[in-house]
Amino acid sequence: MAEVPKNDEPTDATPNVSEVETVDAETPEEAVAAIEAPVERGEPILQVRNLVKHFPLTQGVIVKRQIGAVKAVDGISFDLYQGETLGIVGESGCGKSTVAKLLMTLEQATAGEVFYKGQDITKLSGRALKAVRRNIQMVFQDPYTSLNPRMTVGDIIGEPFEIHPEVAPKGSRRQKVQDLLDVVGLNPEYINRYPHQFSGGQRQRIGIARGLALNPEIIICDEPVSALDVSVQAQVINLMEKLQDEFNLSYLFIAHDLSIVRHISDRVGVMYLGKMAEIGSDEQIYDHPTHPYTQALLSAVPVPDPEAREGRERIILTGDVPSPANPPSGCRFRTRCWKAQDKCAQEVPLLAIPERFVDQDTPAAHESACHFAEEKDVVHAA
Amino acid sequence: MTIIDKPADVPAPRSGGEKSGRLLDVKDLHVEFHTRDGVVKAVNGVNYSVDAGETLAVLGESGSGKSVTAQAIMGILDMPPGKIPQGEIVFRGQDMLKMSNEERRKVRGRKIAMIFQDALSSLNPVLSVGYQLGEMFRVHEGMSRKQSKAKAVELMDRVKIPAAKERVNDYPHQFSGGMRQRIMIAMALALEPDLIIADEPTTALDVTVQAQVMDLLAELQREYNMGLILITHDLGVVADVADKIAVMYAGRIVETAPVHELYKRPAHPYTRGLLDSIPRLDQKGSELYAIKGLPPNLLKIPSGCAFNPRCPKAQDICRTEVPPLVPVTERDGTDLAGRGSACHFWKETIHG
Repeated sequence: MAEVPKNDEPTDATPNVSEVETVDAETPEEAVAAIEAPVERGEPILQVRNLVKHFPLTQGVIVKRQIGAVKAVDGISFDLYQGETLGIVGESGCGKSTVAKLLMTLEQATAGEVFYKGQDITKLSGRALKAVRRNIQMVFQDPYTSLNPRMTVGDIIGEPFEIHPEVAPKGSRRQKVQDLLDVVGLNPEYINRYPHQFSGGQRQRIGIARGLALNPEIIICDEPVSALDVSVQAQVINLMEKLQDEFNLSYLFIAHDLSIVRHISDRVGVMYLGKMAEIGSDEQIYDHPTHPYTQALLSAVPVPDPEAREGRERIILTGDVPSPANPPSGCRFRTRCWKAQDKCAQEVPLLAIPERFVDQDTPAAHESACHFAEEKDVVHAA
Repeated sequence: MTIIDKPADVPAPRSGGEKSGRLLDVKDLHVEFHTRDGVVKAVNGVNYSVDAGETLAVLGESGSGKSVTAQAIMGILDMPPGKIPQGEIVFRGQDMLKMSNEERRKVRGRKIAMIFQDALSSLNPVLSVGYQLGEMFRVHEGMSRKQSKAKAVELMDRVKIPAAKERVNDYPHQFSGGMRQRIMIAMALALEPDLIIADEPTTALDVTVQAQVMDLLAELQREYNMGLILITHDLGVVADVADKIAVMYAGRIVETAPVHELYKRPAHPYTRGLLDSIPRLDQKGSELYAIKGLPPNLLKIPSGCAFNPRCPKAQDICRTEVPPLVPVTERDGTDLAGRGSACHFWKETIHG
């Protein structure tokens, strides 16, 4: 076994997250009961604290020596509230999909905690974990590879019931699947068709129906519309918003398309190289960004309006994202940042409300991990 | 270093120049594929033209025929099953469809070059990038290996790949996505062609890298005064670089317009629907407009206007008669240069 690497970096003094009320369940029954308990709208349902995932890099065939680690997620904290949509944006390789896998407990976290209704799911097992998994479901990116081509639509959507038979008794499953097809806007008569008989947008609807089958409370969407055509994208986004209202769902919406994230999200977190760079409400992030990376990212988005574009200032970053196996010291963005100074190489900036904005009542007062945080509107034309 | 360009120095000369003139004229091009299930009509009468120094953006969803048109121009269409039953592709006054294979090979790469979407699968993984870049010079100009390698280094410098000399012997997998796309651009530029066709050049890239690559492409185009056909489905990218736009749907051009005009006043319900269905970065709307239905199956394109089953304005005439691409005019009849719409009700669409 490789030794678990210690995260020696200082942890964020995160005022954006609330106090975790942990539930100490002695027996599995108590744990399950706590998981089944309802959460009020606006209360935190999922609380992530200093989550870390390092993938070890090994050398040698028989005697494996660890020579380093890919620091895919390196200490992030955030809250997901009941009924809200939290968007996570970032470039490829910044760790957003690893976060999704950790929350689904598909990967074991190296360190840190994920509290679902006060219970740390990284330490759960058995019945309690199964109950959590029922309540956190996922919609995947590629509707072409995430559906088994040899199963009918009815089998695909009904498969979760095999694992959680308490949700739908055997006799009622077919009816339940047909209801789900109807909910996502597909003809219930398509129950015996195969995935290849559907278009991309329809397949994504099947994926969403499968996610909804167990009446979950949280749906984690990993790039759910990036493989779809523009005209179909809007249909799927509208469907997801409708379902959220109807079933009172909380979404964690991971995407690289900043326009779509703004449209669907209540709050947005920007990730860079395994760390959260900035987090706030959609207005705070898009209209009042204070982290240089967010500003660069926003200004690089092509705006479908030539006139608005010509009045905008563009920040073009040079180079690529550094390797997460060997991230830069101090602030991870400093190698591509135009504001970088000596301090940035030595001190890791913490995710906190920048000092200069602390006592001010402005939208710029939200958490940003930059030593030289400054407000700059890059989205609107000058 | 990071470059921050102020709005003041953005408008640079885009078109015009000494070496101007009509480069390419596609006239009434049809392409079909004969398959087991029937004839797939991928392109059904496309007309467009490109001048030197001009950027034409071809916009469309998957299956609209935008890439097939480009492949027909390059002469890299798989025939069979592909077939070009009618049409002309006139490059500098010569119909390329009537040329012999030998003549076409001379045009391909030297006069017209192409940048493909997915750089990782377009580059050969077992050959070094220097060798692949040099191939252009060895085949077309008969250079030696040594000369061609020197040329390859020069090209890599041109597209701003750092440490080109050291990296010329590296293999494609050793480069990042953005760098690989730069190599694709370098390869297309090698023989300084008159026309470049870029098929979704930035779709697989992150936004920050996408901005770098599009800037590079625009800069090189200005420098060499090349014509550029940019094929994309991204309305944002098009707004950034194009001079004029052709919107395709089910193998036909449904609207053509200069870039500013198209975004301000679309004259086809499909274009309007597309523009309304994209979320905006600078404002938050409540519900997105969604074009209902699905893109048509090319095996059985709807009769009349192909968009009619999805169109909010469709009338009986739309289901029976194919609307031709007609010039769009102002309300009082004044011409709008370069504008056309293939809709029976373009007047209502553009003028409210």
